[in-house]
Amino acid sequence: MKFLVCISLVPDTTTKISFVDNDTKFNNDKVQWILNPYDEWYALVRALELKEANGGTVTVVNVGPAANDQVIRKALAIGADDAIRIDGSDDLDSYGIAANIAAVAKEGAYDLVLLGKETISYNGSNIGGMVAEILGQPFISYATSLDLNGNTAKISREIEGGKEIVEANAPFVLSAAKGMAEQRIPNMKGIMQAKTKPLKVVPATATPTLTSTVKYELPPAKAAVKLISPDNVEELVTLLHNEAKVI
Amino acid sequence: MSVLFLIDVVKGQVKKDGLEAASYAAAIANQLGTEAVGLALGTINDSQLAELGEYGAKKVLHVADAALDNFDSGVYTSVVAEVAKSAGASVIVISQNSTGKAVAPRLSARLQAGLVSGAVALPDTSNGFVVKKTAFSGKAFAYVKVETDVKIVGLVPNAFGVVKTGGSASVEAASANIPSSGVKVLEVSRAVGDTLPLPEAELVVSAGRGMKGPENWGIIEDLAKSLGATTACSRPVADIGWRPHHEHVGQTGVAIRPNLYIAIGISGAIQHLAGVNQSKVIVVINKDPEAPFFKAADYGIIGDAFEVVPKLTEAIKKFKAAQ
Ligand SMILES: Cc1cc2nc3c(=O)[nH]c(=O)nc-3n(C[C@H](O)[C@H](O)[C@H](O)COP(=O)(O)OP(=O)(O)OC[C@H]3O[C@@H](n4cnc5c(N)ncnc54)[C@H](O)[C@@H]3O)c2cc1C
Ligand SMILES: Nc1ncnc2c1ncn2[C@@H]1O[C@H](COP(=O)(O)O)[C@@H](O)[C@H]1O
Repeated sequence: MKFLVCISLVPDTTTKISFVDNDTKFNNDKVQWILNPYDEWYALVRALELKEANGGTVTVVNVGPAANDQVIRKALAIGADDAIRIDGSDDLDSYGIAANIAAVAKEGAYDLVLLGKETISYNGSNIGGMVAEILGQPFISYATSLDLNGNTAKISREIEGGKEIVEANAPFVLSAAKGMAEQRIPNMKGIMQAKTKPLKVVPATATPTLTSTVKYELPPAKAAVKLISPDNVEELVTLLHNEAKVI
Repeated sequence: MSVLFLIDVVKGQVKKDGLEAASYAAAIANQLGTEAVGLALGTINDSQLAELGEYGAKKVLHVADAALDNFDSGVYTSVVAEVAKSAGASVIVISQNSTGKAVAPRLSARLQAGLVSGAVALPDTSNGFVVKKTAFSGKAFAYVKVETDVKIVGLVPNAFGVVKTGGSASVEAASANIPSSGVKVLEVSRAVGDTLPLPEAELVVSAGRGMKGPENWGIIEDLAKSLGATTACSRPVADIGWRPHHEHVGQTGVAIRPNLYIAIGISGAIQHLAGVNQSKVIVVINKDPEAPFFKAADYGIIGDAFEVVPKLTEAIKKFKAAQ
């Protein structure tokens, strides 16, 4: 089976967020970029486990600038066979990213396209559904487990108010949520091998722009906490009712 | 022209998300001088759909085919796209729950209509169509302009609220071609709890490693019950199996924005805050005055959870009884 895992880069989870150019651009200064946890911990690791069990190849794909290569190599160190970077500018919207990923997926005739459930930077959950639609394939979102029997997959996934177990035949697109696999830490051998694994760069193709970000904003600073004595919890109840009006 | 909103139907009932989508769509329709039209898929009683009029819908279209009782993003997208075209929808509102998050992007690609997911406020329509959305795990907001004629908005649950305006909606049967699904559903399990699921909950009581062990969660559940709140937890607590995974909130868990979030024995790590910092009011109970969570809190009690929480539960019960 040929797996294509979409990996995105996000600011490290402890990053303090700020903006430049009149709040129109994210401030990249001193930001440490990491693989999006959902992509790395769940989508990539599960693809590797299935490859190890049944054979096949795992390719990772990222849409982004050359500066991403170093982090993309981490996915190779964890165990992916090769990588494709679609050389895209920061200005691509979700649809532009999805259309470019779909083109690569089609060209390489991958059996399964795996993504994370969302990027922790944009929180869109957009790319998976768009890729599936462009490819005309089923989209199984929020999968918490994925098992393969030949071409047939059994998947559990989260749905509104519960869970379901579904079956689908490859090819399809799947987004991975917590539960799918356990995080893997790359070892020394993996890191050495990653240096020589293929990382192919292809140009992004022009796509229609459906949306554009015009401005960013930080939430207003919180006022100082109001402390209440542990011996006077009634006061908290009163404040929640009269002042905060939430109960 | 119309503002179409997708109604969430689970087990033949309109969910709270659906009422909120109606309220939000009605407010946009008002802004644009047009009407809010609902779309319900699958088995549901039409009299229930008519009640959406109270939340501002003028009309509800119902594609009643039972094949739509099972959710598949491909099938739903096809049906919504067809109805949206025939209803002349210029804006489509979809609630950002697990159904909506799978349908909205497919629909965007199908209709070549720009999608803003994670919307937390009404669009600014004074110059184009600009929507405020959450970004960077709730650490910031982005304003996204939709460049296409048809616009799709993915609304974050509990961001706009349910607004009852009064009114009535007509319910019309609608038909659409229903393609076959590439996904076969083998098993569905839906918990019918007596509290709202986390993303929709208005009141949340959450606890962390400070509780020492799963056997101590009784006082957390009692507090939640006294408020009618949903329970949540920090990540390590779910990881070690003290609590179920679906309760895990934060950057790598569920992101929520309830009206009230009570955090007990949780330190307030940045990754935890990322999932809860959009709560309207935060109460922190922690025995360590230096716990970082106090910086993000509106109200705080420095004290031992094992003493404070039962007292708080009693105080709330008394308050409720006096109401
Ligand atoms: C990439 C990444 C992603 C992450 N994502 C998440 C996420 O999504 N959600 C999440 O929650 N975490 C996440 N984490 C983990 C996060 O960094 C913290 O480790 C975690 O939130 C700590 O959980 P806690 O507050 O329950 O435990 P602790 O940090 O151990 O805090 C326990 C608190 O309880 C207090 N306490 C102890 N005894 C009592 C008592 N008797 N009464 C009152 N208070 C008491 C202590 O003072 C302390 O503040 C992530 C970490 C990483 C690296
Ligand atoms: N620039 C990108 N390159 C490759 N994959 C991406 C990119 N952006 C997002 N993805 C994938 O799409 C998923 C959902 O992203 P999003 O729609 O932004 O929440 C992520 O978890 C990744 O798997």
